[in-house]
Amino acid sequence: MKLEIEGVQFSYKSTPVLNNISLNVEEGTVLSLVGPNGSGKTTLLKCMNRILNPKKGTIFLEGKDISKLKAKELARFLGYVPQSAHDSFPLTVFDTVLLGRIPHLNFKISDQDKETVFAVLTLMGLEEIAFRTFNELSGGERQKVLVARALCQEPKVLLLDEPTSNLDLRYQLEVLSIIVNLVKDKGISAVMAIHDLNLASRFSDNIVMLKDGVIYAVGEVREILNSKNIREVYGVDTTINNDSGRPYVIPLAPVAKGSE
Amino acid sequence: MIQKLKAAEMRETYSRATARKVTFIVTGVVVLVGITLLATSLGTADLSVKSVFNAILAKFLPFIESENLAETVVWHLRLPRVIMGVIAGIGLAISGTAMQGVLRNPLVSPFTLGISSAAAFGASIAIMFGVGFTASGTYLIILNAFIFGLACTFLVYGISWIRGVTPETMILAGIALMYLFSALTATLQFISNEQQLQAIVDWTFGSLTRAGWNGVFLVSIILVIALPFLIRYAWAMNAMASGGDEVAKSLGINTSLVRIVSSLLAVLITAAIISFTGVIGFVCLVGPHIARLIIGGDHRFLIPYSGIVGGILVVAADTIGRTAFSPAIIPVGIVISYLGVPLFIYLILTRRKEYFQ
Repeated sequence: MKLEIEGVQFSYKSTPVLNNISLNVEEGTVLSLVGPNGSGKTTLLKCMNRILNPKKGTIFLEGKDISKLKAKELARFLGYVPQSAHDSFPLTVFDTVLLGRIPHLNFKISDQDKETVFAVLTLMGLEEIAFRTFNELSGGERQKVLVARALCQEPKVLLLDEPTSNLDLRYQLEVLSIIVNLVKDKGISAVMAIHDLNLASRFSDNIVMLKDGVIYAVGEVREILNSKNIREVYGVDTTINNDSGRPYVIPLAPVAKGSE
Repeated sequence: MIQKLKAAEMRETYSRATARKVTFIVTGVVVLVGITLLATSLGTADLSVKSVFNAILAKFLPFIESENLAETVVWHLRLPRVIMGVIAGIGLAISGTAMQGVLRNPLVSPFTLGISSAAAFGASIAIMFGVGFTASGTYLIILNAFIFGLACTFLVYGISWIRGVTPETMILAGIALMYLFSALTATLQFISNEQQLQAIVDWTFGSLTRAGWNGVFLVSIILVIALPFLIRYAWAMNAMASGGDEVAKSLGINTSLVRIVSSLLAVLITAAIISFTGVIGFVCLVGPHIARLIIGGDHRFLIPYSGIVGGILVVAADTIGRTAFSPAIIPVGIVISYLGVPLFIYLILTRRKEYFQ
């Protein structure tokens, strides 16, 4: 399902966070949002699923203005994975993932809903901790559960905020592979805010580089991840290694302040 | 192969977990009914369990014979009191569960919104000046307490509406108003004469002594109207209580609406109950926690189960209160703390620490 963002602008009180953001997310692709802290990645994600309402601009889902959709309807198309979660009243892993069915059900859960939960838990390798309480889990396990809940929504577009920030090396690869495979197999699309440029390089089709709330660069991974862009956006000198066929960023040193 | 085994195991655990929850609820209902009957058969008038049962049944089944005295004691004194205890417990505990869920805070109850101190203030005005929203009579105090309780909540809403209906603003505004109404009540107590003071203090104790069929009837109507709505919000509460507002919104839930409607219903139930009974606050806070520790955080089960736990707690406390030092009657509002605090502390000490993180 195609997601189009047109001229989105957002500010918290009087502090502008996003300015005139326009971009398209094509079906069957993974788009990574990268940029320094405070560049507006998370805010943009939240505008996309109406957790926040942009001051200006429109977001279209398959040509339809999302601000005109009912919240429940929108939730059937967009799955959201928050950066982290802390539960005051934790549920079991099963019940947490089951929440993903809310947009699809009235009150009673059907056998099919249960089957979807079982399938997602199996896909994410969470069978053995399915009846543990969410707060008992490690950071990595929690993040996998949050991804599982979004998958359980059976969304057409997955929005992920730092899905790998708490994961160890193996989990990072596992979780991102699962997401990429789903995107390719089911023809859905994914937008993720991510700090790790090398994971972005390896797992996404396109990259958007944000700087101070505006799009600094957008395009295919290879076009965007170069030393010049990274220096401009992050203020870090890097060398790029292309041995694996994808750009691999090796950071060298922060650019000295005032040298520009 | 291992995959399949794991999946089968998961399914089995799921069935067992669900069966366990259903068992807890069924057992709870049985205990509640049992304790209700037991409470009805205990009291100053020395009636046998059999004559109490006969007196109850005789009302429905004309062919059963019972003594006149037993019928009078049971139907006029004990049953209204015990049943008021049951529905007060159910209503207060469910209100607490709903408030804790939508405000995502284990320390809140409808009382956090200042409702009890406002109701106490309303009752105090009625007691001292005999003025209020009805002409006169017993209902003056009840109605005054009810209206002040609700009015305070609307003030809380008004304040949070300006700042955004978040748990933080609602709780802070509620606590501020709670202190305001406490100060107002204290002011009234300060200028009251001895009899008035006695009446005000009596009211704030929380007691089922004043319970009658009218109160039972009115509170039941409010419960019957409000509970289906709260249960219907069980999913929304699951999402809001466990994941927070952002997650709930991303699942298509209108969090502000759920928060306002649920807390309004909780407050309505609570105001209705405490205007008849006075302040029985503790069950609102502790009932939900006990239920949650036993049956887990899924509101589809938690809401009914916390009601059952609340009913048991109040009836048990009231029965102890009126039999332990008979003929003296200790108000249920006092006994329930003596009963609930040790139970609660026990649960805090024994429960896995994740629950409190």
